[in-house]
Order: sequence, then C-alpha cells, then structure tokens
Amino acid sequence: MIPLSYYVTVSTMMFVIGLVGILIRKNFLIILFSIELMLNAANINLVAFSHHFGEVDGQVISLFIITVAAAEAAVGLAIIIVLFRRKATTNVDELNLMKW
Amino acid sequence: MTPIMPDIQLIAIFPESILAIFACALFVMDPFIARDKKEQLGYFSLAGLCVSGVSTLFLWGKSISTFSGMIALDNYALFFKTLFLMISALIILMSIRYIKIERINLGEYYGLILFATIGMMFMPSATDLLSFYLSLELMSMSLYVLAAFMRKDPKSIEGGIKYFLTGVFSSGLILYGVAFLFGATGTTNLGEIAAFLQENGVTSSLSLIMAFVLLITGFGFKISAVPFHMWAPDVYEGSPTPVTAFLSAGSKAAAFSVMLRVFINAFALSSGNWWPVLWVIAVLTMTLGNLVALVQTNMKRLLAYSSIAHAGYLMIGLITASQIGYAAILIYLVGYVFMTLGAFTLIILLCSANMKGDQISDFKGLARTNPMLGLVFIIFALSLIGIPPSAGFVGKLYLFNSAIQGGFYWLAIIGILNSVVSLYYYFRVVQVMYMDEPNAGTVLSFSPTLKVALGITAFLTLFLGLYPEPIIKAAIDSVQIFL
Repeated sequence: MIPLSYYVTVSTMMFVIGLVGILIRKNFLIILFSIELMLNAANINLVAFSHHFGEVDGQVISLFIITVAAAEAAVGLAIIIVLFRRKATTNVDELNLMKW
Repeated sequence: MTPIMPDIQLIAIFPESILAIFACALFVMDPFIARDKKEQLGYFSLAGLCVSGVSTLFLWGKSISTFSGMIALDNYALFFKTLFLMISALIILMSIRYIKIERINLGEYYGLILFATIGMMFMPSATDLLSFYLSLELMSMSLYVLAAFMRKDPKSIEGGIKYFLTGVFSSGLILYGVAFLFGATGTTNLGEIAAFLQENGVTSSLSLIMAFVLLITGFGFKISAVPFHMWAPDVYEGSPTPVTAFLSAGSKAAAFSVMLRVFINAFALSSGNWWPVLWVIAVLTMTLGNLVALVQTNMKRLLAYSSIAHAGYLMIGLITASQIGYAAILIYLVGYVFMTLGAFTLIILLCSANMKGDQISDFKGLARTNPMLGLVFIIFALSLIGIPPSAGFVGKLYLFNSAIQGGFYWLAIIGILNSVVSLYYYFRVVQVMYMDEPNAGTVLSFSPTLKVALGITAFLTLFLGLYPEPIIKAAIDSVQIFL
C-alpha cells in the first residue's frame, strides 16, 4: 500500500512543472501541454484522495476533468490555427499589438 | 444491490434546459439560413431568452436542492439568473448590427452567447465543487471562442489567445484548489464542507490553506483583481465590442455569484481571520484600476480599467462578511451591469465600416451633433462614478455603508477617494463630447435594436437610482441563504 503522501508529492511536482512551464515557455503548444500537466496533477490528487476516503466523488470529478481538458485542447488548438494562418507563428511573445 | 435513484427535480434546471434546447435548435437551423439573414437567429435566441426569463420569474420564491445536492434553486440563484438573462438579451440586441459591420455575422455567434449564458446561470446554483467547476468551464469555453471571433483581425486573435491562456491557467489553479479542498474535507458538497470547517477551523490543515490560496488566485484572475488583472485590458480591447461588454458585465457578475457561494457558504468568511488578504487585494485593485485608467486613450481599455476598479469596490462587500455587505454586492452588480452595458452600446453606435469607434477622440463633439447621446452618456458616467441619482450611487452607498458598519473605515475612505479619481477620466470623455469640434466623418450606425438596448440601459440606470427599493428588497431576500 503506497501512502497518500507519495501521490500528493507526485501531483505537486507535476503541478509545479506545469506552472513553471506556463510562466517561462514561449511556444503556445508547450504552454498547452503545461496546462494539461496542471489539470492532470489535480486528477491524480482527486483520485488519490478519493481512494483514501473510500468515496467515488473525487474519481467522478476526475472523469469530468478529462472531458473538459479535451474540450479545452480543442478550443485552444482552434485558436492557435487562426493565429498561425494570420502570422505563421506559435510564439506567444509575438503577440504584442496591445500594451498598457 | 439495487441502484439508488438520486432525487432529481428537473424543475430546478428548467430555465437552463429551455435555453439549451433553443441553443441546440439554433445550431441546427444555422446552415439553412442565408448569410445576410443571420439576424433571424438573433431574434430566435432573444425569444429563447424571453421564454427562459418568464420561467425564471415563475420559480421565484422556490427553494429546491436536487441532483444529490449539486444544484440549488433559491432566491439567490434566481436573482442572478434573471440578471444574466437580461445581460444576454441586451448583448444580442447590441450585436445584431455590429456583427454585420465587422463581417462576422455567423449563427454560431448567437449560439455561443446562449451557451455562455447557460454556464453563467448554473454558476450561482452550484452547490457542489463539480457543478461549480463544470458551469465555470461552460461559460469560459464559450467566451474563449467569442473573444477570438473576429478571426481576420489580429487584435481579436491576440485578445482571444491571451484570454484563453489566462482563463485556462486560472481554471487549473481553481481545480487544484478544489482537489485540495476535497482532500482536506473528504466531500465535494459545499454545505458539508462548511459543516466540516465549522468543526475544525479553516487553518486546521496545510491542504486547506493551499486550497484557499489557490481558489483566491483563480477567482482573482476571473474577476480581474490586481495583481491578476494583466489580461483584462488586452482582451477587452481586442475582442468584438459586444463580447467585451459580455465579459465585463456577465462573466464578472457570474464569477462574483459563485465566489460568494464558495467563500461564504464553504469557507464561512465570517469565522476566519483572513480578511487582510482580501483587504489588500481590494485596495490595490480599485487604486490601480482608477490610476491607470487616467492615461488611457482607447475607450474600451478605459472601460477595462474601470471594470477592474469596480471589481475592487465589489470586494468590499466580501470583506465585511455581513448580510448587508452581500446584499450590497448584489445591488451594486445590478447597477454596474446596466451602466457598463450602456457605455459599450455607445461605442458600438460609433462603429461603422471605416471606423472602429473605440478611441476617445472618436467621441469628439458627439454631444453637439447629437445632444441626446451626450445626455445618455452623462447618465452612464454619473452612474459609473457613483453620483446620484443613478444606480451606481445606490450600489456604492450600500457598499461603503456596509464597510463603515463593519468597522472598515479606511476601506470606505479609500473607496470614496477612488471614486473621486474616477470622476476625472469619465468626465474627460464628457468634455471631449461637448467641447471639441465634431469629427467630419463620424457616421452613427443607429438601428432599432441598438436604440432599444441604449434605451433600456439608460432607463434602468436612472430608474434604479431614483427608485431602488425593489432591487434592494430582492437582494436582501436573496442573501438570506447566507445565514
């Protein structure tokens, strides 16, 4: 039996990797992957806690999160295709039309 | 083992169901309607909003908790549902002409607005972490697409991407907070979480503090509170103007509606001693919003910073953690919604084929050529500043009053000083409208629907300032659930 704290440690590491990825990476696709990492960190947490308490609530939420993440990826990719058609780039640093 | 049938009362989601049926029908009808007749879909969605609105009014006074405690129908939820339906109807009235000018008159536009409205309507009803997250995502997902809807316009794409990234990021933070909240309390129901916290205290475990910090940050992004506000001006400037209005009125009101549920119901605001965090955020938000608005030249950006400042005022009600404070949030939100929508309607009026109409200089001499418009803008400006007789004044009066009653004197003083600062930038626009020579090429795109939208917002802004009793009574009735 693996103790709960192991799961929480793994999920925290995933969450931090995702967070840092969003903050320092410039490529839209990598940022999208980082966001997925954050969502999946939450999934691991929910499933681990759910197992710990012996309730299914958390697992149900994580199923919904997987669905939402898929929808989110679809919307994000659609938006990036629009950007790529217009500017032929996926670098978010080049989005600098508006400042202050 | 026999499966347990959960108790389901469909009446609790009746207004949303109607709207969902209309939205799906709209997507089915869309391919059969010619490109230049898409406004029919706009009228169709208005009909859906009306039907849904009537059914909402019939439900007033009911108190139902259903779907295993996921959805609650009470006066609080109904108050916000009515507000969101009105916002959505006004947005569609504003859009019909605008999306033709911008060449984005596609049926999906109306469908997405309806779906975003459904998400918003579920948000104040959500009494479970799952239903809260799903409704939040339904609203946000539709709004991401709407923000990037002018797909030929680089600014709209940029706004859409910025909104998508910050939105998804903040959803991720909220979600991780939700996971920790579940981990700390072992339940996803807000009522049960509240009961758990009553027994054990908010600071009883590290996961609870983590959950709290993550949720505050996530909601901070959603309501564009400083220091999580960076996205708002860019997204507001880039998005199509009706969508900007929808973002600043609808999504902000929705975020506040669910924030009240989560923070008051679950975290039992009054029992914790964490108000200093919110105090600092509120003061920073209103001060920075107002100060940066002083130097704006773009009208949409100016309204973006002003909406940041308004989020700061609204947080005063949260900090006081009293019945009167929560009621004040509701009263202020109603006024805020109509005056902001009205101001955006004026920008849309100025938008024509060869002019964006969103610069302050585009307003030059407008009151000279069209005195009525000048008068209407003054009503909105008075309300946004908080000068009687206007809806904004009533809201601010209640907010600052609740701060003083709660003993937060400095908060009230800073709020009032901020309102004085805001006087400058709103009246700069008024001055431009009255004192400057009119622009030669200004064409006003009056259309019946825009006139209706402008009339309704101006009338309600003034009316709620002169006769606010019904709204105050409804708001006080609504917050009875937070006892």
